[in-house]
Amino acid sequence: MSKYNLDYLDELEAEAIHILREVAGQFEKPALLFSGGKDSITLVRLAEKAFRPGKFPFPLVHIDTGHNFEETIAYRDKMVERLGEKLIVGHVQESIDQGKVVEQTGKNASRNALQTVTLLDTIAKHGFDACIGGARRDEEKARAKERIFSVRDEFGQWDPKRQRPELWNIYNGKIHKGENVRVFPISNWTELDVWNYVKRENIELPSIYFAHYRDCITRNGQLMAASPFLNMDEEDIVENKKVRFRTVGDMSCTAAVESEADEIGDIIAEISASKISERGARMDDKVSEAAMEDRKKGGYF
Amino acid sequence: MNLLKFFTAGSVDDGKSTLIGRLLYDTDSILADQLEALQQSNRKNDDGTIDLAILTDGLRAEREQGITIDVAYKYFQTDKRKFIIADTPGHIQYTRNMVTGASTAKLAIILIDARNGVVEQTIRHSYLVSLLGIEHVVVALNKMDMVDYSETVFTAITEKYKTLAAELKLKEVTFIPVSALKGDNIVHESKHMEWYQGRSLLHFLETVDVEDQQSYNLARMPVQWVVRPQTDELHDYRGYAGRVLSGSFKVNDKVTVLPSGSSSVIERIEIFDQRPEEVHAGQSVTLHLKDNVDISRGDVLVNADHLPQNSKLIEADVCWMDTRPLDESITYLLQHNSKVTKAKINEIVYKVDINTLEKQSAVDFKLNDIGRVVIKTADELAFDLYTDNKANGAAILIDSRTNLTVAALMFRAVAD
Repeated sequence: MSKYNLDYLDELEAEAIHILREVAGQFEKPALLFSGGKDSITLVRLAEKAFRPGKFPFPLVHIDTGHNFEETIAYRDKMVERLGEKLIVGHVQESIDQGKVVEQTGKNASRNALQTVTLLDTIAKHGFDACIGGARRDEEKARAKERIFSVRDEFGQWDPKRQRPELWNIYNGKIHKGENVRVFPISNWTELDVWNYVKRENIELPSIYFAHYRDCITRNGQLMAASPFLNMDEEDIVENKKVRFRTVGDMSCTAAVESEADEIGDIIAEISASKISERGARMDDKVSEAAMEDRKKGGYF
Repeated sequence: MNLLKFFTAGSVDDGKSTLIGRLLYDTDSILADQLEALQQSNRKNDDGTIDLAILTDGLRAEREQGITIDVAYKYFQTDKRKFIIADTPGHIQYTRNMVTGASTAKLAIILIDARNGVVEQTIRHSYLVSLLGIEHVVVALNKMDMVDYSETVFTAITEKYKTLAAELKLKEVTFIPVSALKGDNIVHESKHMEWYQGRSLLHFLETVDVEDQQSYNLARMPVQWVVRPQTDELHDYRGYAGRVLSGSFKVNDKVTVLPSGSSSVIERIEIFDQRPEEVHAGQSVTLHLKDNVDISRGDVLVNADHLPQNSKLIEADVCWMDTRPLDESITYLLQHNSKVTKAKINEIVYKVDINTLEKQSAVDFKLNDIGRVVIKTADELAFDLYTDNKANGAAILIDSRTNLTVAALMFRAVAD
């Protein structure tokens, strides 16, 4: 008998690679949802580890709210070129132009909620049967309950009361036509695990994750980047602050934190000491105790 | 640093969610904004302190009913170890969810309400722990504050439980007297129980030896995907990608491919840009063989000198997980790692009354029922007995009418 034990990052990595290969083996038309954030960037790295020197058995899909940080788009395009993989972009603007969704108005208007429609349309248009996403269970309490293979009905809806049992490391990806599966390979990673992995693997990230000077306004106690996408009025005072972002989403709903951390070791130290959760900087989760559960039931990631 | 996945068995009434809440709270794993949300909630304990149980109830229906319906995963770490908690429901109607949470755990915490001692539910939870072969068991005797922190109560219950543990052949059982509500022996050692010399729950979780006792011989790797770049410079590249289930593979090891039975030798091992000489259970790898053999997804590579069982007729323990009862007249799909084959239930050998552990003959098999069946598969399965090698000894059944996972299977014997 020999004793053997993997380091936790190796174990999490091996589990995620196993899940990605199950997707490749079980589905006809999978896709990897790429947001430009650190979690989906981590997924891309894991996909390289799962499938190289072969091609990815899926395209990258970006749901573009049109309200992106320009650094994210620049990063995305450079990365796709390096990888030599296919990128499909679904535009929220198109859904608006088609009259499928209506732009929110008022001070807290955001396109975050609208992207669900664009996502479902993009899935339908390309006939994707599995969409790989970078959601993690430590982010939020509804996510803490979701399976790694999460079956969605024709309308993209998650039904928390009818989840399939998920046993051992055996994933049941069988679905009926019209249904699809959302797959979350880094379900068991925490925010800190992702950062430690980014550091270990020496993965490049969009610059907005690192401390930089930016014009901000304070709204509902949160620091928001001043941008043409934010409905501002004379009450809003623009201040130039040294900030960084902990998540990358739609510019109108992603808050910044004041920070001096401009390299990855500092960020890890900052997160370790932080008393605020990552999604504490997301306006979309502040609405109610069940905000995420409700959005997932509606087809959100 | 390594990772320990454990699960908790008990009901809300035993203080299960409070215990998890206490572990998170006392290890500073709850962040300020989560704490703020907690304090704003109108669920409070009788004495006005915050109700730690709501930390784990994620779904609206759970908060409304004050019960746990589905498994919730929680994450925390200390400077010694990282932990994943599967917070599983304790009620009998959610047995399937408990089995789900327990299937990936290495350690179980069984909660006993010190006022009630070993009850029907304790027997059921302990039986599931034994069925799933969980290596380490902690019995947490909770609510010690309600029995005056009495050593006599503690000793009486542990003696009774030891009889049960022996009957169920539980391997390693540790007893800890705690009060989740007051925080005794959860993270900090209790000041109320001088008579208890053991470790606090957290200290135990941090130090319990959970390294895999793996036999090198049981090398198994189901093929998930064949990597074939088919480019000019990598024209002949053929890598078999999968996760090592158990044992170890080394370069130059002789391997057999099942079910075909063809053999070859490992030429090269890859993990992305690394070329390790040897890989072990848990690692996701790509293997290259010296010979050109026909291998595709669903095949399994094994140590040629230590072959697994190979049969179409298998005796298995089954936990039924669907509202539609087991139907001996229909064909199911059986998924064993990356292999999927058709399967039928040939015979129900017995059903276990999981509250009394009695084996009964049965004609029907319904949601949450557990027992022994004989299963017949269309293709031969290369499996190990669950007791010898959990990773290659379990499977699920899928109902092809609904595509739902309807049963968990643990292989116990080759049937004649």
